[in-house]
Amino acid sequence: MASDTPATESDITAAFADEPALVAYVAAGDPDAEATKEYVRALVRGGADVVELGLPFSEPVAEGPTIQQAIRRALDAGMTPDRYFDLVADLREDEEVDVPLVCMTYYNLIYQYGPDDVAGPEPFVAAAAEAGISGLIVPDLPVDESDPLKAACDAHGLDLVFIVAPTTTDERLGRMLDRATGFVYVQGRLGTTGARSDVSDETHVSLGRLDETDLPKAVGFGISERDHAREIVSGGADGVVVGSAFVDIVSEQEDTAARLEAKARELKAGALDGAEEMAQPEGK
Amino acid sequence: MSRTDTDSKFGDYGGQYVPEALMPAIEELTDAYERYVLDNEDGFVDEFRERLRDFGGRPTPLQRADRLSERYDREVYLKREDLLHGGAHKLNNALGQVLLAKYMGKDRIIAETGAGQHGTATAMAAAHLDVDCEIYMGRTDINRQRPNVFRMRIHDAEVNPVDIGSGTLKEAINETMRDWATNVEDTHYVIGSVVGPHPFPKMVRDFQSVISEEAREQVRDRAGRLPDSVVACAGGGSNTMGAFHEFVGDDEVDLVAVEAGGSELTIDEEEDLAPHSASLSTGEEGVLHGARTKLLQNRDGQILESHSVSAGLDYSGVGPELAYLADEGRVTPVNVGDDAALEAFHRLSKLEGIIPALESSHALAYLEANPESLGDLVVVNVSGRGDKDLDTVIEESDKRNLDAAPSMEVFEGGE
Ligand SMILES: Cc1ncc(COP(=O)(O)O)c(C=O)c1O
Repeated sequence: MASDTPATESDITAAFADEPALVAYVAAGDPDAEATKEYVRALVRGGADVVELGLPFSEPVAEGPTIQQAIRRALDAGMTPDRYFDLVADLREDEEVDVPLVCMTYYNLIYQYGPDDVAGPEPFVAAAAEAGISGLIVPDLPVDESDPLKAACDAHGLDLVFIVAPTTTDERLGRMLDRATGFVYVQGRLGTTGARSDVSDETHVSLGRLDETDLPKAVGFGISERDHAREIVSGGADGVVVGSAFVDIVSEQEDTAARLEAKARELKAGALDGAEEMAQPEGK
Repeated sequence: MSRTDTDSKFGDYGGQYVPEALMPAIEELTDAYERYVLDNEDGFVDEFRERLRDFGGRPTPLQRADRLSERYDREVYLKREDLLHGGAHKLNNALGQVLLAKYMGKDRIIAETGAGQHGTATAMAAAHLDVDCEIYMGRTDINRQRPNVFRMRIHDAEVNPVDIGSGTLKEAINETMRDWATNVEDTHYVIGSVVGPHPFPKMVRDFQSVISEEAREQVRDRAGRLPDSVVACAGGGSNTMGAFHEFVGDDEVDLVAVEAGGSELTIDEEEDLAPHSASLSTGEEGVLHGARTKLLQNRDGQILESHSVSAGLDYSGVGPELAYLADEGRVTPVNVGDDAALEAFHRLSKLEGIIPALESSHALAYLEANPESLGDLVVVNVSGRGDKDLDTVIEESDKRNLDAAPSMEVFEGGE
């Protein structure tokens, strides 16, 4: 089994190659699967380089109120893992959606998927790969419990993205970086997901600790505005992950696709501003 | 408490399935658990025992239930955790964890609560040990357990309502985990049962094991031998593991965990609802709230809403060690329904002069239904007293016309 997939083979890693990337999250099936397809197209038009599609789980412990409610709506509208994979397969057929799709979900859904007599994550990962998912983010699966999922991801060529928290110790960081592929998800602040009005100091500290890392680094948790994206990219990040700011727009159901596209464009522009600042030494 | 195993798993169950942001705190807690609780560093265990005695009122009695013994024609003993300060076994754990938080230098305590018993015990322990305390409680539970909400507030704890989902224990745990993930640096999460990521299931069990440590001595003193069976109700399973732990090595003692059978043992896949909370006896393996264990879930792995007339048993998961001991055949998981539990509530109140918690009533209901299976000498853990349940019992007994229930008519007249 090829366990050492070089990072360069990853389409997720490649999405960060030329300029800072916008990673955009929406909950699949909120408010229904057809709408999600339209929203993903809008996000890509607006400049999203990777789309993170949430597969809703009933107990989303890492999520703040905005995404909790989106997950509730998606579950109430009948989203299931099988329907999710159908949705992903449809998106993969869509020429407009030419970016990697990442599945964000919780471990129990991964663990339960597939025939009753096969325990473990392999059937889920196989189905995800088949549908056209490029990588997984599993917020309740720390590196300590990740062996079975990592093995399945390696076997099927999927990236497994780890989240580095402000509290992560050096020893834990080392273990994560040994296994991480795709990109490193830098949790910009303690707490849950949700739009905030500023960029946390913790973000800069975390980015500093990842200086030596080859994988691209994207910062998430709390980013909602152009200026946040600029500040984070000028602070050394290779991209930003934005969820609640998009989910807020979805929840309002007013001119949704156009507003998602505009929001994506705004955040991508912020990231590009940040890259430009990086290129120009301070004080000039 | 002595150093036994420090592994994070029970067979394949247990583990640490939590967000990375919490892992460093969990590593710190594991270290504190091993040093203070297992190795008695700085005399932690001595102080804990002393406070359990002076503040909590331990040891609790093991009482021979004369009329139950007569009724079932065998020796029935009750372990009276209802007489512990606060009225339930919950204080054993809450006091242990709040004290541990102080040893660790954390000055803020958070906890979830379902019935309000764990929240109340934590609020009492926090007041006793002078630390700040916030409790998360689902909106539905706040409405059905009002007296406990006021008890927590009277002890100066802040009660935070949780509105999302069904507003019960499962959501309260989710929200407490979110608070912990936000304030992890100065905050300790006092989890209320033998659930959650390692080291919680082992640590809570160790704090609760005082129940079986005492009961094992007491039953030998009183009856001259070990019991044929120990019976305890199981929600998350903390009174259960507490009552079983010291007997696990005694192969001749049957350990019976009684879950809430609710109104029926079905699953409504359409509504993602189970009208019971029998996760140990009917659930499937999965991952919830930090541990791999047996769960009530649908085919996809979405967690079902559970239900029981007893708020303290109303939970879709169960402690991983119980799941392991059940698979090993060491613990026998069974369940009894709402009706039988209510009958048992009235029966004990009438025959023995003890009003049991509705949770504990499940254990007593199993004894009523299957006395022969429990042998000649039975210990039943009365995990708590039922004063908190009076409103529910009056309402639910009225609906059902129960044999054992007294008249629940309200007295009219007067002014
Ligand atoms: C009196 C009593 N018994 C039992 C329980 C169930 O908890 P566990 O299964 O952890 O003992 C509760 C929970 O609130 C309780 O209050």
